[in-house]
Amino acid sequence: MNDKQIAIKSENLVKKFGNFVANDHLTFEVAQGEIFGFLGANGAGKTTAIKILCGISKPTSGNIRVAGFDVYTENEKIKKNIGYMSQRFSLYEELSIWENLRFYGGIYGLSAKTIRERSEAVLKRLGLEDQRNAHVRSLPLGWKQKLAFSVAILHRPGIVFLDEPTGGVDPITRRQFWDLIYEAAADGITVFVTTHYMDEAEYCQRVSIMVDGRIVALDKPTALKNTYSCKSMEEVFLKLAR
Amino acid sequence: MIEVEGISKTYGKVLALDDIHFNTKKGELFGLIGPDGAGKTSLFRILTSLLLPDKGRASVAGFDVVKDYKKIRSIIGYMPGRFSLYPDLSVEENLQFFAKVFKTSIEENYHLIKDIYQMLEPFKKRPAGKLSGGMKQKLALSCALIHKPEVLFLDEPTTGVDAVSRKEFWEMLAKLKEQGISILVSTPYMDEAAMCERIALIQNGRIMDINTPFGITQAFPDELFSVSSDNIIHLVKDLREYQELKTAYTFGSNIHITFKNLPDITTLQTYLEKSGHSNIKIIPENAGIEDCFMNLMQNQA
Repeated sequence: MNDKQIAIKSENLVKKFGNFVANDHLTFEVAQGEIFGFLGANGAGKTTAIKILCGISKPTSGNIRVAGFDVYTENEKIKKNIGYMSQRFSLYEELSIWENLRFYGGIYGLSAKTIRERSEAVLKRLGLEDQRNAHVRSLPLGWKQKLAFSVAILHRPGIVFLDEPTGGVDPITRRQFWDLIYEAAADGITVFVTTHYMDEAEYCQRVSIMVDGRIVALDKPTALKNTYSCKSMEEVFLKLAR
Repeated sequence: MIEVEGISKTYGKVLALDDIHFNTKKGELFGLIGPDGAGKTSLFRILTSLLLPDKGRASVAGFDVVKDYKKIRSIIGYMPGRFSLYPDLSVEENLQFFAKVFKTSIEENYHLIKDIYQMLEPFKKRPAGKLSGGMKQKLALSCALIHKPEVLFLDEPTTGVDAVSRKEFWEMLAKLKEQGISILVSTPYMDEAAMCERIALIQNGRIMDINTPFGITQAFPDELFSVSSDNIIHLVKDLREYQELKTAYTFGSNIHITFKNLPDITTLQTYLEKSGHSNIKIIPENAGIEDCFMNLMQNQA
């Protein structure tokens, strides 16, 4: 991979809190347009690493570039070139669907015309055209999560970070959410996603598994299943993380 | 142990619970399976006497949830979905507090929580707010158990918890059940349903089905097949465009399909070969809880 095709490059990322090593020499690359699953048990250090990759926390050491920018000196540029969405709902509940779209578009500096065009496209894609003036609060969780994802990529970032986007979502909507992920990846957006649903790990092109601050496995799901002689990613995960 | 007859609850215009009926037996591990917003938490709050139903009646261990609320509160343990312990108190202090409130001591019922609490012991001086997710969950369970409740209510104890800790948690529940405690537990993770003796599948405030996990999967109405090929992304697309199919849902590296009419595997195989797929496998599959849940959801819609 040459630098242009690499969305995330992490060399020996280390993050310490006092004596505690939260991230222990994380080395990995994510290609542009790839769907990369970032797995690990609770407390393994996933959130710490994501904060660093999003430019909101500084690593203790290591060489890390996201969307071509350095996490130490160019973190403001990183923020402009990524999208982020978390398991906790990341829209404004008291604003309408349309107002949320306009608000986020404005934050990322899109023109009024672009915001209008892209918002219409989002409403159409999600089948929410009739609901544009509805308060986001009144939407079922699954719709909120689909909308939050669409908002997170409204400014066409190079990378979108998804932190447990489907937690608690019903099984049909959970699959529709992954359709959106595939569409975004097909448009060239890199998707960096965490999940506790191990069937979703199978939908990623490559996954890494973190245990106690270290990446203990990184490969395609089929390769990992072969390596560890497991039938599913769930088995792989239990084998490595237990 | 728990009897629910025609419970309904509305919040403004939203119907959160719609005529809910079910009973659980003494010592049973009963699961409420459904996504966020299905009404699970409202039902838990009604059964633990924290919320009044609009209609219907319910009792726990023979006590009415409205009239006998004081009695109910002393014989149940409740672990709410959100972490609700005192973050500034240490692990040990939280446990002591709950023991005292229920007029007992840690020593008296230590046997119940021993296995769980032992994992927490190295951190017993740490403020509860500074524990990891899995540890918080173990502490909350210990606090809900310390007065030896007759019925344990666990509202989404494993949401947001990793696959390893989830497995451990269900092993703990199985042990508690052996001690004779009746348990009502809710979860959005369909795979956890198999760990319960009986389950209710709940969606949009309605119970869609109640049975043993085996009974639920046996009742799946269609012939189910699992399809895989070397290109899963194209496979999903191609299967969705194939007119003969009723459903096509991804399940990890496979796609589960049902046919509108009599299954014709040979024609499907030919269609997929023509669409450029290699290494095609189409094999009969036993329906899981998630297959059943989606089927019931679609019938409801």
